[in-house]
Amino acid sequence: MPFSGRRIMTADEVRRATVRISHEIVEKHGGTESLVLVGIQRRGVPLARRMADAIEEHEGRRPPVGALDITFYRDDLSTIAQQPVVKGTDLPFDLNGLTVVLVDDVLYTGRTIRAAMDALVDFGRPRAIRLAALVDRGHRELPIRADHVGKNVPTAREEVVRVRVAEIDGEDGVDLEWAEEPVSAVTVG
Amino acid sequence: MSLAVPDEATTTAVEPHSLPPIEAGHGDEGIAWTHRHLLDVDILTWPEIELVLRTAAAMREVLARPIARVPALRGSTVAILFYEVSTRTRVSFELAAKALSADVVNIAAQSSSVAKGESLVDTVRTIEALGASTLVMRHPVSGAPYLAAEHFGGSVINAGDGWHAHPTQALLDLATMRAHLPDGSVAGRKVVILGDVLHSRVARSNLWTLTAAGADVWLCGPATLLRGFEAWAVASVGGPAGSGAPAGGRRFTVTSDIAAALRDAAVVMALRIQRERMSGSLLPSLREYAARFGLTRARLALAGPGALVMHPGPMNEGVEIAPDVAVGPTSVITDQVTTGLAIRMALLYLLAGARGGSGGSGGGDGGGGGPA
Repeated sequence: MPFSGRRIMTADEVRRATVRISHEIVEKHGGTESLVLVGIQRRGVPLARRMADAIEEHEGRRPPVGALDITFYRDDLSTIAQQPVVKGTDLPFDLNGLTVVLVDDVLYTGRTIRAAMDALVDFGRPRAIRLAALVDRGHRELPIRADHVGKNVPTAREEVVRVRVAEIDGEDGVDLEWAEEPVSAVTVG
Repeated sequence: MSLAVPDEATTTAVEPHSLPPIEAGHGDEGIAWTHRHLLDVDILTWPEIELVLRTAAAMREVLARPIARVPALRGSTVAILFYEVSTRTRVSFELAAKALSADVVNIAAQSSSVAKGESLVDTVRTIEALGASTLVMRHPVSGAPYLAAEHFGGSVINAGDGWHAHPTQALLDLATMRAHLPDGSVAGRKVVILGDVLHSRVARSNLWTLTAAGADVWLCGPATLLRGFEAWAVASVGGPAGSGAPAGGRRFTVTSDIAAALRDAAVVMALRIQRERMSGSLLPSLREYAARFGLTRARLALAGPGALVMHPGPMNEGVEIAPDVAVGPTSVITDQVTTGLAIRMALLYLLAGARGGSGGSGGGDGGGGGPA
């Protein structure tokens, strides 16, 4: 498929945004004690790992990283035509009393984050839940905002923000593409 | 009077399978589940079987959570209609549906209007009118769930019909084997299904999934409990194009020679002697059966070291399986039960998707509008 989009973040910009967010997380939390990062499947997981790596580099301690699959908590399971593929949840720590930073690639309607918070509280009672997103593209449908944002991108609903990460897509970068068909969010990964 | 002797052994030497290795297709996300009903495993392609097993692995993780419940099927109703007695399968489906937050209605035929003469079709229509979207059904007549599926607007899951099929059992058996075998694969390994093969829907469904997985399947029992099975098996599993069997055939052997069957086996699955399905005298006595075909410690020693012991339950201990073997160090019988819960959750979840909604605008976040 020929590339029809516009690159809105280069690999370097993705790297810098990730490092900046990692600094912000530590600054807001006041250190790394009782801090964990939880990536939302699928591209939130490698982003969370990178942030943890960056925190280790400048703080000397790597916060634990978990992966959260929100599929079973989606509010549209009864309306979509095909069940999303489940990627799996792995939270190797007890959430009670911890500050959890949710990490996702794109913040859009906010429904993924709502589902993620519902899933998290089934595992315990975190002291606080915060949100970091590489791209905030607007169009919120729920009262949810990010604590840390890599880049704010004004978009039309007909546009698609495609985040690529090396661990999954072979390269880093963010593209703004024009949807060929009306966007129906079939895959939340 | 004695049972069939080994020299009657009938052996089918089907050429070795030529299926793709079991690990093929890992991580593929393109597999779409399109089946509205699960009436038999013979509708499933290998990638679909893998999708079920992968989804079940995610369900096992859910079951291990402090709150083992997710809202995936909230607002839907699962009706469980059993025309045969059952404990583990019925309870397993009920707990699976509840773990996905579905509402569950249990209907035992003995205490319902079925006892007043209501027909199967009427019962199914009534259940649909009451709002159930999934019907889990067990029936003593082979094929009954197919009739139900014709008249039910939602999904029908066959929880066992007569001698014919028990798809969730076969899938949970495969998942259990893969969880316990070294390197997690049954491909090329010898799996023995021992006992009352003739009356066994478990044997029929397992033959399909295990040969699809590339296992070397041996079906063993007294000749009276194998009669006709081989012809059925050749026609359905090793059959011509259109049967779903891949070219090159799948590997299985039907025999009464228990020593040959057990030699070097990686898995031994004992089947329950189903007296309720037997007409006439197929067995001289249970004692003679136990002496000749019961899975004892001595017989298990013929199998490979660490051979897994399985049984679909309920067990007649001391008949088809010795009590000490049933709880022996390589027995995975209780794990079959746990795995069954995850498999049934996976199927309830996948079938709900194929039933689908409007597919309309999609209320989901969809983060980036694509993979998010």
